[in-house]
Amino acid sequence: MPALLESAGPATSAGPAPSPASSTRPSRRRAGTIRKRIEIAVFAGPALVVFLGFVILPVLLAAVYSLYNLPPAFKWENLAEPERFIGLDNYVRALTTPEFLRAIGNNFTILVLSPLIQGPIAIMVALLLNRRMRGRSVFRLLIFVPYVLAEVIAGLSWKLLLQPQGGVNAMLEAVGLGALQQNWLADPNIALWTMFGILTWKYVGFAIILMLAGLQGVPEELSEAASIDGAGWWQIQRHITIPLLGPTIRIWAFLSMIGALQLFDMVWVTVAPTVRSMSTETMATYMVQQGQFAGQPGYGSAIAVILFLISLVVALVYQRFALRRDLAGAVTTGVR
Amino acid sequence: MNRRSTRLVALGVTAGLTALTLAGCSPSGDGGDGDGDVTLTWWHNATSGPLPDVWEEVATEFEEAHPGINVEQTGYQNEELQRTLIPNALAAGDPPDLFQVWPGGELRDQVANDYLMPLDDVLGDTIDSVGATATPWQVDGETYGIPFTFGIEGFWYNTDLFEQAGFTEAPATLDDLNAAVEQLRSTGAAPIAVGAGDKWPAAHWWYQFALHSCSPETLKAAEAEFDFSDECWVEAGEQLQTFIGTEPFQEGFLGTPAQQGAGSSAGLVANGQAAMELMGHWNAGTIGGLTPDQQVPEFLGWFPFPAIPGADGDPTSTLGGGDGFGCSADAPPECAELLEYIMSEEVQKKFAASGSGIPTVPAALDALEDPNLKLVADGLANSSYVQLWFDTAFGTTVGNAMNEGIVNLFAGAGTPEDIVTKMQAAADTL
Repeated sequence: MPALLESAGPATSAGPAPSPASSTRPSRRRAGTIRKRIEIAVFAGPALVVFLGFVILPVLLAAVYSLYNLPPAFKWENLAEPERFIGLDNYVRALTTPEFLRAIGNNFTILVLSPLIQGPIAIMVALLLNRRMRGRSVFRLLIFVPYVLAEVIAGLSWKLLLQPQGGVNAMLEAVGLGALQQNWLADPNIALWTMFGILTWKYVGFAIILMLAGLQGVPEELSEAASIDGAGWWQIQRHITIPLLGPTIRIWAFLSMIGALQLFDMVWVTVAPTVRSMSTETMATYMVQQGQFAGQPGYGSAIAVILFLISLVVALVYQRFALRRDLAGAVTTGVR
Repeated sequence: MNRRSTRLVALGVTAGLTALTLAGCSPSGDGGDGDGDVTLTWWHNATSGPLPDVWEEVATEFEEAHPGINVEQTGYQNEELQRTLIPNALAAGDPPDLFQVWPGGELRDQVANDYLMPLDDVLGDTIDSVGATATPWQVDGETYGIPFTFGIEGFWYNTDLFEQAGFTEAPATLDDLNAAVEQLRSTGAAPIAVGAGDKWPAAHWWYQFALHSCSPETLKAAEAEFDFSDECWVEAGEQLQTFIGTEPFQEGFLGTPAQQGAGSSAGLVANGQAAMELMGHWNAGTIGGLTPDQQVPEFLGWFPFPAIPGADGDPTSTLGGGDGFGCSADAPPECAELLEYIMSEEVQKKFAASGSGIPTVPAALDALEDPNLKLVADGLANSSYVQLWFDTAFGTTVGNAMNEGIVNLFAGAGTPEDIVTKMQAAADTL
């Protein structure tokens, strides 16, 4: 693995430059530098190897595979067969396939709507739970339960509840709202919104906990001072608490967006394949469906690369414009 | 100095890499150790019904008869096994010795990559014993898999509900079927259950209409050259569209799975909420696995897909498929011995008696006890032409496009022409 060694090299040569031989303490300094480099190699080496081998290498390999038309269980030799190399055809195919374009659209629908809907709910509930009241810790616990549940378990439970003869329809019938009964997960026209409801139920708890944690960092003195100046509860929240909660909100929105782009398991376990391919496909489910289940690893890899690029662009743009104050110096060096 | 430190870094990285490699490559259990002991790994798709017990018994008996051989058999859910586990294991170079082999495009790809053991030289007699049934598992005249079961599709129906609706005889024509659907609505059960959520069970409806509309020559041309120009392919969709228009299926069928749980199409038949289901020969076992007492219900009956008056296809054509096993190219020779034992008359009889399906060795047919499976076996014997499931026969690429088009028709989001267009477009990419 020559590439590994080369890329590992520069990291260590960033230490102090070796002093000229005329220096009075050359050997001590040299010994110290070597020790430092060994330390760096020992501490960073394993992590670096894992990162390169299991993150960077697969990404590069996917980019290579995406240029080929490969059989389901392929060999290295298949890459050498000239008729299998098809250039950018997989990408052209993906970007001209209505199903995949709809999948991208679904991802962005969820990406935009999640923060818009979950954000206000989370902030309001967090403000409520931040007040002193009876049973506060019980409420906090209950609200976090959906997020703690494993994705697959939550998905399967909803799948059972939302069947035509399932619990949700039975409950609607029982309370006299039988007219609202739906084939929640079997009707392609509403399945995406059902899905969105489940995702909100699952992830709003996470948002609330983050906001609550953020609220702990808002100094009480400020609101005390404001109330002495005659500000009401709403005014304090509006002009002091929420602005100071800004960094938390921005980081949470970032996590939510990344989650929306990579959405896979909830859709995969909850929605039947037929309805999924008609209305709730996401980029990740489309990738697995085509790459694994339809036996087209090359095409699946092209989808993976597109998903990677879209996520990367969204993440960089968001960091550049929304997170730059929060991350000043860490990522966007020099912006202050 | 710089060179020395580089070397040290290299050492560190190498050490890390070595540790990783060691951690990653645990010794595989395939080869056997110094005592001449051999371990055979065997992956199959039996996870419910009586079949897992049959395979476990077979493994134990084989171990007893061959001291020094261990058989590790594991059952996996069918789609998981076919689409994920086996392709990944083959690509990783560490496949099980004996595993399920699906005919069609997948088999051709696996053979092209030398993943499978050619069986004609080692198991010639066994292959002869199943006759023409083995043809789908052959590539260029060489056999790479041997089917242990092969059967045809038909309707699994609830005789009690049919009686309640005033029918004592199974529908013989499409008109009879339509009449039955109308009458069955009065029973409160859904006339027909279809697991359209999994796509292929819905697609099988179109396959049946195509089979009855197209002549065997057209079907063969389609399989060999992907020629779908004959009008019969569109007619099949039109007939299916008319049939769907009579609303014979259960509510919310687009979200219904085929086999998992009480809400699946097989579950609906098992608990009397649907009167019939069009499904392959394995369905008695599936339905049996979904009843409270794990037994095939008394009320279950079987009839073949009814004739369509005026259709151009051969009325005695049937649609079917089977399951077969093959050995990986690098499997020890004992793998073929195990396969030979699985295909022996003794095991085939045991398989038939368990009610898991139709055996492929003719001598074992007598051992069938289940009355419905006997009907399926008779249907198979009387077929003038047996068409392999279209999605298997056409390969994954065309098969997926076809199934996609068919479920769109079920959802009212596509036309009969769309199905053929999609198939042709997919075939053109090959």
